[in-house]
Amino acid sequence: MSHQFKSKIMPWLFLMPTLIVLVLFLYYPMYATVETSLHQTAFMGARRLYVGFENFQRLLSSRSFWHSFRISMFFSFLVVGLTMPIAFLLSILANQKIKGGKYFRTAMIWPYALSPAIAGTIWLFIFNPTIGILNFVLGELFGIRPDWVSSRQFAFIMVTLTAVWKQLGYNIVFFLAGLQNVPGQMLEAATIDGANPIQKYVKIVIPIMSPTIFFLFTMNLIYAFFTTFGMINVMTQGGPIDATNILIYNLYRDAFQYDNLGMGAAQSLILFGIVTILMIVQFKLGGRRVHYGQ
Amino acid sequence: MANNIAKVWEDLTSNKYRRRKALQKIIIHVLIVLAVLVLMIPLLWAIIASTQTPGQIYQYPPRLLPGRAFVRNFSIAWSRYNVGRGMLNSFIIAGIVSVVKIILALTSAMALVYYEFPIKPWIFFFILLTLLMPVPVRIVPLFDIVNDLGWANSYWALTVPFFASATGTFLFRQHFMSIPTSIAEAARVDGIGPVRFLLQILTPMSKNTIGAFVVITFVYVWNQYLWPMLIITTRSRQVVQLSMQQLTTSGPEQIVDWGVAMAGALTALIPPLIIFFLLQEQFMKGFALSDEK
Repeated sequence: MSHQFKSKIMPWLFLMPTLIVLVLFLYYPMYATVETSLHQTAFMGARRLYVGFENFQRLLSSRSFWHSFRISMFFSFLVVGLTMPIAFLLSILANQKIKGGKYFRTAMIWPYALSPAIAGTIWLFIFNPTIGILNFVLGELFGIRPDWVSSRQFAFIMVTLTAVWKQLGYNIVFFLAGLQNVPGQMLEAATIDGANPIQKYVKIVIPIMSPTIFFLFTMNLIYAFFTTFGMINVMTQGGPIDATNILIYNLYRDAFQYDNLGMGAAQSLILFGIVTILMIVQFKLGGRRVHYGQ
Repeated sequence: MANNIAKVWEDLTSNKYRRRKALQKIIIHVLIVLAVLVLMIPLLWAIIASTQTPGQIYQYPPRLLPGRAFVRNFSIAWSRYNVGRGMLNSFIIAGIVSVVKIILALTSAMALVYYEFPIKPWIFFFILLTLLMPVPVRIVPLFDIVNDLGWANSYWALTVPFFASATGTFLFRQHFMSIPTSIAEAARVDGIGPVRFLLQILTPMSKNTIGAFVVITFVYVWNQYLWPMLIITTRSRQVVQLSMQQLTTSGPEQIVDWGVAMAGALTALIPPLIIFFLLQEQFMKGFALSDEK
């Protein structure tokens, strides 16, 4: 007797609610995004004109869009590139068998539950140029008091550091889960063969953990591209002078502050394209390395 | 503690091998404490500031001790900055979405694992493909659709579009596939129908996955920002995250009342933190399991 139930209707009944939600609120809007991106709206959406690829042409020839694009890529590169190595080192530490390890782990992963907007609020206070604790410490130790709020460079650094700090907990959670899947005997065997700790991590642990690493790469990328919106809205509103105006923020401004829905939709599609390409590249590279590791 | 230190000291002063081990241990401890400090200090600092009066916060050098304005700060955040009402709204939508999303994830995974039907691989692919469609890439039309449904400014807008997700179906499908088929066979021999099988056998066997999924969903919904910012225009229906922007910009005389801002931020942090810690074990196990297969 098979383990499966036999019915032509039941599986569809079980699937129906999920499929309805996905079609109505994911697939249809996705299709409508393409549609909207080919139109120009005027008079608060009362009139719609088919304009072909004009929205895309306008975007790709706009300096402010390319500025936002560069900022966004640089920001994502820094967030992913800083978060993952730091979180990996921290999870190796947290994974050590020491007394009170459970409490240390908890103290490292709690920001998983923290929202970008709340992280932004807390760090905005810490970074406050006049009363913030950070400038007090920097001033006493090094005699510098950077203007984190109105300097373009420092504001960008402030948002990047906050974004990295907030995402560490999330990465540590998954790295810890991944580290627990590394067979202890394998590491012991390597030790007997005379491998030093660094060799052990590079040659054994990282290859075994590559599925976790690629999963986190994708999640961090989505985080840097989209989820940091709340943080930026609280900390800088895209400023000063567009210094932190990443693509999602530019999209929000164009579509909902300047009511230019066509331009907003076109930017949505560009974001969709970037994320899709990065994920495909990631899968291709990831697939190869996983095999190499085994 | 004293024992430990004595032991480490003994190791340090004995032979070379033990000395190296002891040194390693010390370095690891120091590094861990440093890491914990980096991750905890902002939170501790926010807690201290949430008890201070504006005068104490603007004091130089900064005051490191708690003040007595705890009640003042929390009550101002709660009433003047919509934190109280926002908490209630966030609770309701995060609760509703978590419950419904689990039910839909369970049933869709049930269909994909315990039934055979044509185009099944395509349906699974169709569901997985939505991973590429986070809210921001479809936000412009989503805004119109929800408006056309007459849902703008309501709980409907914040809940229904989030009832289904690829992550949920995927997680539960992986988990169901790791359950031995003999269990389902035995159930069928005993004449147990699919609904009873799902409710009485599969669901109790999925505790860790459910726990993990509640954490992901609750934290995700509670922390949403852009979508409620756009679709909710009435203050009394807004979620608590949106209070953050008011807390950091509009104080009386345009001076931010940081004590109140920290109080509001901490309040809004508590519910997802509690869910996370309550379900931490299931959360970790739920993922360790799905990693294997």
